[in-house]
Amino acid sequence: MSAETKKKIEVKNLTKLFGKNQKEALEMIADGASKEEVLEKTGCTIGVKDVSFAVSQGEVFVVMGLSGSGKSTLIRCINLLNKPTSGEIFIDGEDITKLDSRQLRQMRQTKLAMVFQHFGLFTHKTVMENVEYGLEVKGMSVEERKETARNNLLAVGLKGYEDSYPRQLSGGMQQRVGLARALATDPDILLMDEPFSALDPLIRRDMQQELLDIQSKLQKTIVFITHDINEAFKIGDRVAVMKDGVVEQIGTPEEILDSPASDYIKDFVQDVDRSKVLQAKDIMFRPSALISDTAGLKTAIREMETNGISSIFVLDKQRKLKGIATIDDAVAALDAKKTLAEILTQDYHTTTPDVYVRDLIPIARETKLPLAVLSDDGRLLGIIVRASVLSALV
Amino acid sequence: MFPEHITFELGKYVGMFVRWLNTNFSQVFDAIRSSVLWLLINIEWILVTVPWWVILVLVFLLGWRLKSLLSGLIFAGLLFLVGAFGLWHPTMATLAIVLTSVLFSLLIGIPVGVAMGSNNTFAAVLKPILDAMQTLPSFVYLIPAVILFNMGRVPGVFATMIYALPPIIRLTDLGLRRVSKEMVEAAQSFGSSPLQLLLKIKLPQALPTIMAGVNQTTMMALAMVVIASMIGAGGLGYEVLVSINRIDIAKGTESGLSIVFLAIIIDRMTQAMADRYKYDEQDS
Ligand SMILES: Nc1ncnc2c1ncn2[C@@H]1O[C@H](COP(=O)(O)OP(=O)(O)OP(=O)(O)O)[C@@H](O)[C@H]1O
Ligand SMILES: [Mg+2]
Repeated sequence: MSAETKKKIEVKNLTKLFGKNQKEALEMIADGASKEEVLEKTGCTIGVKDVSFAVSQGEVFVVMGLSGSGKSTLIRCINLLNKPTSGEIFIDGEDITKLDSRQLRQMRQTKLAMVFQHFGLFTHKTVMENVEYGLEVKGMSVEERKETARNNLLAVGLKGYEDSYPRQLSGGMQQRVGLARALATDPDILLMDEPFSALDPLIRRDMQQELLDIQSKLQKTIVFITHDINEAFKIGDRVAVMKDGVVEQIGTPEEILDSPASDYIKDFVQDVDRSKVLQAKDIMFRPSALISDTAGLKTAIREMETNGISSIFVLDKQRKLKGIATIDDAVAALDAKKTLAEILTQDYHTTTPDVYVRDLIPIARETKLPLAVLSDDGRLLGIIVRASVLSALV
Repeated sequence: MFPEHITFELGKYVGMFVRWLNTNFSQVFDAIRSSVLWLLINIEWILVTVPWWVILVLVFLLGWRLKSLLSGLIFAGLLFLVGAFGLWHPTMATLAIVLTSVLFSLLIGIPVGVAMGSNNTFAAVLKPILDAMQTLPSFVYLIPAVILFNMGRVPGVFATMIYALPPIIRLTDLGLRRVSKEMVEAAQSFGSSPLQLLLKIKLPQALPTIMAGVNQTTMMALAMVVIASMIGAGGLGYEVLVSINRIDIAKGTESGLSIVFLAIIIDRMTQAMADRYKYDEQDS
C-alpha cells in the first residue's frame, strides 16, 4: 500500500436493525442488551451493531464471520441497498446516508459496483448485454459501451462468449461475467458479497488468483465478504471478524493469527492453513551472528562457538551475501592454513521475503543449512531455520 | 330468523349510483361506446372481408411457426370445419369481440398489474375487487353494462372485459413479484432508476408470466361469448342461444363445437407464444 493512505470508505457507529419498534430496540442496545434479548422484547433483528472501520484507497478489506453474523447487512449498507438505522458512512469524505435518491443513483453509477454470491446476472440478457448494463444505465452511447464491455470480457477471459446467455455458462464463468459487469463501469470501490462461495474449490482458487491479478493491475478499493478464513487471509490486506452483528477484531492476517482477540476468533484461526498465510518475512529472524568477508578464520570459529551454531553467513560491506562457512570446514582450514574466503560455499538456499511458507517446505526438507532471505538487490534480510518452517505450521 | 326490521338495501344504492352515472356522464359513456364500437367494427370488417382461405393459410402458418407443421394443419382443419358447419360469419364476429376485449383488457390490465406489483397497499385493495370480478355471476353485471351502454356488442365487450381482466392483472403482478431479488438488487446497485428497473429488468423477467396471463385472459373472454350474446353481442354465442330456444340439437352441437375449436386454436397459439418467452431460470 502507498504511503499516503487515503481513507476511501469510512464507517462510523453503523447500526442496522430489521423490523418494527426500532426506537425501542436502539434504546435497549444502548443499555447493552444482547441480540437475543432485543429480538425477544421488540421483535427487532439486529443486523449490524455499532460498527466502525475505515478502508484505504487500494486496500482489500475482508469481512469474515459465521452465517448470520451480519456480513451481508454490512456490505449492503455501503451501497445503501440496506438503509442504515443509525450511524454514518463516508465515501471520499461524503456522508452517503444523506444523499437524495438522484445523488444516490449517481454515486452507484460511478463509484460503486457489487458482485453477488449467486451472480445476480440478468437471465434475459446475453453475457455482453449483462456487462453493458451498468454503462447503459449511465447513458453511455451504444458503440462506446459495447467496446468497453468487450474489453472487460477479454480481461476476465471470456472472449467469444459475448452472445451466450448466462445459463449456458458454468458457475465460474458466470461469476466472471459478474466481475466483468462490475469492472465495466470502472468503479472506485468493488463490493463483493461471498462472490466465490457458490463455486467448487478448484475454480474458487482460480478466481481468487484472478481477483488478485486484476487487483494488482487496477488497485481498486475492495470490500470482500467470505466465511472462509483461508480465503480471507489469502485475499485480505486487512480482515474484520464479525459475530452477532459486531466486529470483534480488525487486523492484518498475521495479527489475527498471532493474537486472536477472542475464543470465537481462535476457533476460526484453528482452521487456517498457516503455510498459505505466513510468508518468509513473517518467520525469518535476525541471525544471532554474522561475519564480514574481511574477518579471519579464528573470528569466524569464535562467533560460531559463542552462539552455539554450526554455520555462519558471510557478508560484504553492503550486507550482500557472499557465502556460508561451516564450523567443520573452518576448523579444517585453520589447520591447513587457508583463508575464510577459500572455504565459503554457495550451496545454501535463498528466498525472498514474500514467498509463502508453503513453498519453503520442500526446500527446508532438503537442506540442513539455514535459508537466507534476500532483498531484490541481494542484501541479507534474515534467515529461516528448518525448525521455524515446521513450527509455523502448527 | 334474522330480524326483518334490520335492513340494508345495498342493491338499491348501487342501482341509484349506476343510474346517476348514466344521467350525469352519458356523454362520457357515449364516447367510450363509440370508440369501442369503432375498433370492434373495423376488426370485424377485416376478418369478414379477407377471403376465408387467406385466414386459413394465416392460421396454418402461425400454427406452423409457433408450434409445428402438424399443429398448423390441425388448426387450419378445425377452422375449415367451422366454415363447413356454415358458421364462418358468426365465428369471425365472435373472434372480433374476443380480440377487442382482449386488447382493451391488456391495455388496462398490464398497467394496473404493474401498479399492483409495485405498491402493496394498492395490491391489498385491489385483490378483493378482482375476486369479486371473477366470482360474481356474470349475469349480474350485464345489467349495469346495458344501462350504461345499451344493448349490443359494446356492453358485450365490457361484460367480457370484467370477466377477462383479472387474470392479466394478477399474473402481471405475480410476474413482477417473482423477479429474483438478487437480480433486482444487481440492477439497483448499478444505479438504475425505478423506470429503468421496470422496463429493462422487471418487465422482461415477468414476460413469460405475463404471457400466461394473456393466454388466460383470452380464454376467459372466449368463455363469456355465450353470456354476452344475451345482451345482443351476436356471434357464436347467439347461435347457441337460438339453438337452446328452439331445442335444435344439430345446430347446438355445431355452434358449441365451433366455440371449442376456436378456444383450442387460440389457447395453443397464445400458449406457444408464452413458451417462447421463457428464458428458464437456471434449469437445475
Ligand atoms: N431483510 C431482512 N429482514 C429481516 N432480518 C434480516 C434481513 N436481512 C438480514 N436479516 C437478519 O440479520 C442478521 C444478519 O444477516 P446477514 O444476512 O447480514 O448475515 P450474513 O453474515 O451475511 O450471513 P450469511 O453468511 O448466511 O450470508 C440475521 O440474523 C438475519 O436473519
Ligand atoms: Mg450473507
